[in-house]
Amino acid sequence: MSTTWIIVALLLGFIVVFQIAKASEYVSILKGEDKTRKDNNRINAFLLLVFLIVGMFGVWYCNERLKGKILPPAASDHGEKIDTMIWITLIITFVVFVITQILLFWFAFKYQEREGQKAYYFPHNNKLEVIWTVIPAITLTVLVGFGLFYWYQITGEAPKDAQVIEVTGSQFKWEFRYPGKDGKLGKKYYKNINEDKSNPLGQIWEDPDNRDDKVVTGEVHVVVGKPVKFVIGAKDVIHDFGLAHFRMKMDAVPGIPTTMWFTPKYTTREMKAKYGDDFNYEISCDQMCGPGHYGMRGVIVVESEGEFKVWLAQKQSQYAIAHSEQPPANRSSSPADSTSNSKPTAFLNK
Amino acid sequence: MSNDQTIHVHEGAAGTHEVIHTNGHGNGHHHHKQSFITKYIFSQDHKTIGKQFLITGIIWAIIGAFFSVVFRLQLGFPDTTFPFLEKIFGHWARGGKLDPEFYYALITMHGTILVFFVLTAGLSGTFANLLIPLQVGARDMASPFMNMLSYWFFFLASVIMMSSLFLQTGPASGGWTMYPPLSALHDAQPGSKAGADMWLISMAMFIVSSLLGGLNYIATILNMRTKGMTMTRLPLTIWGLFFTAILGVLSFPVLLSGAILLLFDRNLGTSFYLSDIYVKGHILPNEGGSPILYQHLFWFLGHPEVYIIILPAMGMVSEIMSVNSRKPIFGYMAMVGSLFAICILAFLVWAHHMFVTGMNPFLGSVFVLLTLLIAIPSAIKVFNWLTTIWRGNIRFTPAMLFAIGFVSLFISGGLTGIWLGNSTIDIHVHDTYFVIAHFHIVMGVSAFFGMFAGVYHWFPKMFGRYMNNTLGYIHFWITMCGAYLIFWPMHYMGMAGVPRRYLDFTPWTSFNKFGDLNKMISIVTIVVFAVSLLFVFNFFYSIFKGRKVRTMNPWEANTLEWTTPINPGHGNWPSDIPEVHRWPYDYGKDGRDHIMQTEPVNPGETTH
Repeated sequence: MSTTWIIVALLLGFIVVFQIAKASEYVSILKGEDKTRKDNNRINAFLLLVFLIVGMFGVWYCNERLKGKILPPAASDHGEKIDTMIWITLIITFVVFVITQILLFWFAFKYQEREGQKAYYFPHNNKLEVIWTVIPAITLTVLVGFGLFYWYQITGEAPKDAQVIEVTGSQFKWEFRYPGKDGKLGKKYYKNINEDKSNPLGQIWEDPDNRDDKVVTGEVHVVVGKPVKFVIGAKDVIHDFGLAHFRMKMDAVPGIPTTMWFTPKYTTREMKAKYGDDFNYEISCDQMCGPGHYGMRGVIVVESEGEFKVWLAQKQSQYAIAHSEQPPANRSSSPADSTSNSKPTAFLNK
Repeated sequence: MSNDQTIHVHEGAAGTHEVIHTNGHGNGHHHHKQSFITKYIFSQDHKTIGKQFLITGIIWAIIGAFFSVVFRLQLGFPDTTFPFLEKIFGHWARGGKLDPEFYYALITMHGTILVFFVLTAGLSGTFANLLIPLQVGARDMASPFMNMLSYWFFFLASVIMMSSLFLQTGPASGGWTMYPPLSALHDAQPGSKAGADMWLISMAMFIVSSLLGGLNYIATILNMRTKGMTMTRLPLTIWGLFFTAILGVLSFPVLLSGAILLLFDRNLGTSFYLSDIYVKGHILPNEGGSPILYQHLFWFLGHPEVYIIILPAMGMVSEIMSVNSRKPIFGYMAMVGSLFAICILAFLVWAHHMFVTGMNPFLGSVFVLLTLLIAIPSAIKVFNWLTTIWRGNIRFTPAMLFAIGFVSLFISGGLTGIWLGNSTIDIHVHDTYFVIAHFHIVMGVSAFFGMFAGVYHWFPKMFGRYMNNTLGYIHFWITMCGAYLIFWPMHYMGMAGVPRRYLDFTPWTSFNKFGDLNKMISIVTIVVFAVSLLFVFNFFYSIFKGRKVRTMNPWEANTLEWTTPINPGHGNWPSDIPEVHRWPYDYGKDGRDHIMQTEPVNPGETTH
């Protein structure tokens, strides 16, 4: 019912606006088209100036309203570099933004058509053009320089002592594999994937390195202050392992493993104390992967080395799970498969 | 080819077509009989074809924009149900809530429709057809028949894409980029069944259309300029359209190959893009393919595509700004040079869409450098536009306002390109709302502003009538405010890491803080959509009932299209094609308001 009324109201609005517009055309003929044009010109020039002033105020107001809602400071060393880069770029681009927008709207207002005013014939000026080619070129060189300096640090080799964790994305969940005591991830082959036989990642059981690898779903634990290197893959379509709080992101591509590394700086507990109990380092899928894309959530828990060791020790290796006679349901009900993950993916079972 | 030859060739062509009478009687309108079908439907007149592109584009724009209104309703009011959606969309919106699969279909179609069908075909299709022969001084395109085919292939592409909306399994829903494996695996989602095949076939038809058109535009600009129309006397509109056509001709075939390989992967069991896949409990045999290959092929078109969209707008804005400032465009050669630089660089930056695909970081750094280089020609253009209006005598027609709005939006959106093109920052904001804000402002809304400016400015040439000015002003001001209100705050959502293409943020603790903002954006979207419908109404109403144009040159412009009769027939000039003696930007020179291109240079005239 209310929709009908909205449509009726819209139609009425249309008719009213249209009648006014038509009437104004007749009025302009009565007043003389030249005079109407001059009136319109004055009004629009004034509105452009108003738009500039209100717009600049709006930019400030928007910032006031929303600055508290963007993320807390980066929680990783790489993230801090990215934040620095954002600040450098923000300052430069904002200055350019303000200057050029003011010039645009101010010129438009100031040089509106006036009686007796003559436009200045000014077809070119090489000096000016060289100036505004060279200045942007220098500025951009600076930005490229900083950008690549950080880019190579972020994408460079991970330190040798980094904790290696394998990430696998699939519609619509995240699975993680820890190498056991040997520190090596066993080989896998996608044709071995068999969820009924507790082999969700396709590990090759004949490879001894696989004996102690542990697989968890939805929630991954890492150690604060220790570099962690993720080896990222996918089973079905492209996903993206997105870690907004750490400012990191990397695609998960079927058939082509990718990597990402960083050092987390604050434990989850520290962050919860600062930003409230519902704080979580969330893992989002940032590459569209199907109808459940928006629910493909995971969690990273950053904790001390001691806590981490206790947590990992509780887990059984996937080899043991697959080779005990227990039904596979056991795995998915293990505490690692935290309830936080079950909600968003639940609708996929329909 | 000399001008005499050009005209001669035309006389020959006129003989065969029985269309043009260059007999100097000054009444060269259609003497011959034309049926309704040859005049309005299978027309070979470039002006009619331009109008066909424009009207088809308008219809698509309404559909594409309506889709965005529908998904904005869901994003702005996640807890509300909209029963009328069920009436329209049936099982896709059961109970008045969008089905997730349908949401992804909507965003995919919104992107595809607006990028390809509206801002490529609707924008450069319209204005290249309308303006190239008129502004270079030709009777028609190099091949009017190919030109007609170009429209009808576009029409065919439209029919296929439109039919895919009515499939039981829905239209393609893998995003407008259609990345495999998502778009390649029938099992991955319902939209990857028949919908994806139809999307790919429709795109193939679209590419054929765009190539037929593009080759024609290039041939016409290079070979059919009237006597005296040297390349450096071309209006900037033509330069913009020229580089657009070159970009299209060189990059669309690459997308065609990408699309065809994807069709093979989907239906013939090849493994170009597929490897190591386990989907919905099935292990696929494909090994050794690379999904990243598709991204390279796609973005090799996809990036030039954004310049295909923006260059015609830049050209038209340059022309309109100069005319309405009563002042020459500042730095004509620099404007042409920067268009050229953008055209070249457009081919060298595609992988900046792929910084986080695991691409070699060194390769990434090369693309950072090349991408940020584009900011230099863009900056030159902006400063030149600013200098063009400086000390002008500006007339604020709706077209001029949209041109100023274009520059404002191009600045705002262009500057965030400096963020995204820098791979270090891209890691954080890639695939977030920041990207949405960036490309909607710099390429979506600005290109639309260029298109609106063009429609208001050349409407008198198209239909011999004016559009209603008051509605034009209302349209401009609401759209301008709306564009900033919708997209400016999205930068903040991007900084908060909010990912694109999410239907619902309630499961998330990091991204669920923007409820009010989403509501505001959705309301503004609806208002802007309503005002756009007002524009459409103004457009169609004015075709039949608008104020009549009474002078040949209503804007007092210098270019050749204003030397044709108010309602030019096929062949454009009733008598000989005028000869050109000067560049198109002699406004305010030697104390004269404007000097048309056809006026010979006076002995005492200053040179610039």
